[in-house]
Amino acid sequence: MSRTTPMSPAPLVMLVAPLLPIAWQGGAPVYLPQSPAALACFAVSLGALLLRGTVRGSLAEAVLLLAGVVAAFAAPVLLIGQGLALAQAPGVWVHLAGGVLLLWRVLALVAPLDGAGRLAGPALFGLALVALWEILTRGFEVPAVLLPPPSAILAALAANAADLWDDFRQTVLKSVLRGYLIGCGAGFAVAILADRVPALARGLLPLGNLASAIPVVGIAPIMVMWFGFDWQSKAAVIVVMTFFPMLINTLAGLSSAERIQLDLMRSYGAGYWRTLVLLRLPSALPFLFNGLKINSTLALIGAIVAEFFGTPVVGMGFRISTQVARMNLDVVWASIAVAALTGSLLYGALALAERRATSWHPSFRKR
Amino acid sequence: MTTDPADTLAGRYGPVAAMALAVLVLWYGGALWLNGPQAAEALTRSGTGWGTADLIRQAFAMKRPVLPTPDQVAVDLWNSLTGHPVTSIRNLLYHTAVTAGSALTGFAMGVVLGVALAAGIVQVRTLESSLLPWIIASQTIPILAIAPMIVVILGNMGFTGLLPKAVISMYLCFFPITVGMVKGLRSADPLALDLMRTYSATTRQTFRLLRLPAALPFLFASLKIAVAASVVGAIVGELPTGGQAGLGARLLSGSYYGQTVQIWSALVMSAVLSVALVAAVGAAERLFVRAGRGGAR
Repeated sequence: MSRTTPMSPAPLVMLVAPLLPIAWQGGAPVYLPQSPAALACFAVSLGALLLRGTVRGSLAEAVLLLAGVVAAFAAPVLLIGQGLALAQAPGVWVHLAGGVLLLWRVLALVAPLDGAGRLAGPALFGLALVALWEILTRGFEVPAVLLPPPSAILAALAANAADLWDDFRQTVLKSVLRGYLIGCGAGFAVAILADRVPALARGLLPLGNLASAIPVVGIAPIMVMWFGFDWQSKAAVIVVMTFFPMLINTLAGLSSAERIQLDLMRSYGAGYWRTLVLLRLPSALPFLFNGLKINSTLALIGAIVAEFFGTPVVGMGFRISTQVARMNLDVVWASIAVAALTGSLLYGALALAERRATSWHPSFRKR
Repeated sequence: MTTDPADTLAGRYGPVAAMALAVLVLWYGGALWLNGPQAAEALTRSGTGWGTADLIRQAFAMKRPVLPTPDQVAVDLWNSLTGHPVTSIRNLLYHTAVTAGSALTGFAMGVVLGVALAAGIVQVRTLESSLLPWIIASQTIPILAIAPMIVVILGNMGFTGLLPKAVISMYLCFFPITVGMVKGLRSADPLALDLMRTYSATTRQTFRLLRLPAALPFLFASLKIAVAASVVGAIVGELPTGGQAGLGARLLSGSYYGQTVQIWSALVMSAVLSVALVAAVGAAERLFVRAGRGGAR
């Protein structure tokens, strides 16, 4: 890997911008020199692009280019703010495209960073994605029923905070956490049992494959019929969903210890349980975490799906299904944002715990 | 070393048969337990005296049981498969074919997208650091929540019918394929990679001759997960469309009208469909991955 690859000339596409209309005002095209704000943004982008050769070091270059990227994203926002129509103005979009291509270069420059800089790439990528979403939906005047801009979703989040918090409590704290813990715990316990009785494992595995093939959507109405509308039925769906992935992953993990290590344990005269705790469970940790991570997203989806088939009048699934029917898409997207954030945090916490636990794993022999 | 019990016929199928039998016994027991109160009520209403045998018979033959017995489900399946022509809306095979169509379309799209993303992530360093976290985050969005919107958006663009459902299937499918392929493409032996560099192979040659073959076992393991997920996606996609056809539509209508037997036969059918598709992927794996390279299992 060479330290810096030469930059592609693609961002120079923005040089076309001054020749094209950048906005429309009352049926007349507006060109770059007529709008001081857009002109200033364009000058910054172009300046960053042309002065690239004067700075030393990839970090300085990244910061300089980032200024150009921000300017390219700011231009359409400023123009929309002035109440101009951008839907048929190729100039401003060419400028934006140049900005996106510049961003690609910035991402390439920050990719080798480590430490806190490791988060720079994904963070910039995500921010750019949200900014593009905002600019494109407002620039092309996409109807809010199709896709509201992020600013409208944020406003809905703030306006409905109390409702969304109640939904979060009902869906995540009551249904998901309980179902997840019971399901993963039961899967883990049965895997240990099946490990003791190999015949049980051979009987359970095909059943596990069959159960993983049954769409959970199908058991949701049955569970609602059996356990009623409250969190119990959602937790039951999650238990059924999460049980088999955990079982299969735990069984795979338990068989991952190496023959030679098992022989060593045996030559020390370690019994089944001691071998399990000291060798096989630690070596199964990556598999266990894999199961836990898969299940964290499954559990959230399962709870929301189950809520479509009947809930008390609270919960994320209830909120989404009723607001879709009322065409309040901003509230729906706010609910989805809460769900996505929750899922990402769960997954991230597990990934962090995994890094801690499995980095500890080779060192446990030194004790 | 004696023969491994897993190698004998009884050792291999005995546990599975025992497990199946246990499930059946549990199922009948559960049916008796869940349908019992209703059955007793019905018998009491009929006014004649009744014993345990009557109660069991009644619990196993209800019109709308809380939990239908396996034989009720089997009879309902048989009737719906043989009682009507295959093109009829009342035939379950017709619904299965509709679901399988959108599931396979979505699966094909998901394979293309997943492999392309994985190849990009492995080959382009910029993508790896910035894209992978967002691919993971994309899976935390509850798909059923955006399913109605996908259907609405695509419907407004003039796409109706199979495509919206296939898009939902694709969304569920591409993730396991991407993750598995990233792992697989990186699983090439470092020694072999060095050898490629010694031969001054281009990146593309290394990819085609070394990384891709090394990734095949991982790809097929992911494909099995993905094909099951694509069936789930197709069924979920049939819920908000108010689908007139498909297994999802059968589940929803059964749920609305309290036709429990219909729910269960649709469930069994979707499980059969998934298992058949997973088995087909397994057969393809045995065809493409040479023995000894170690596929899944």
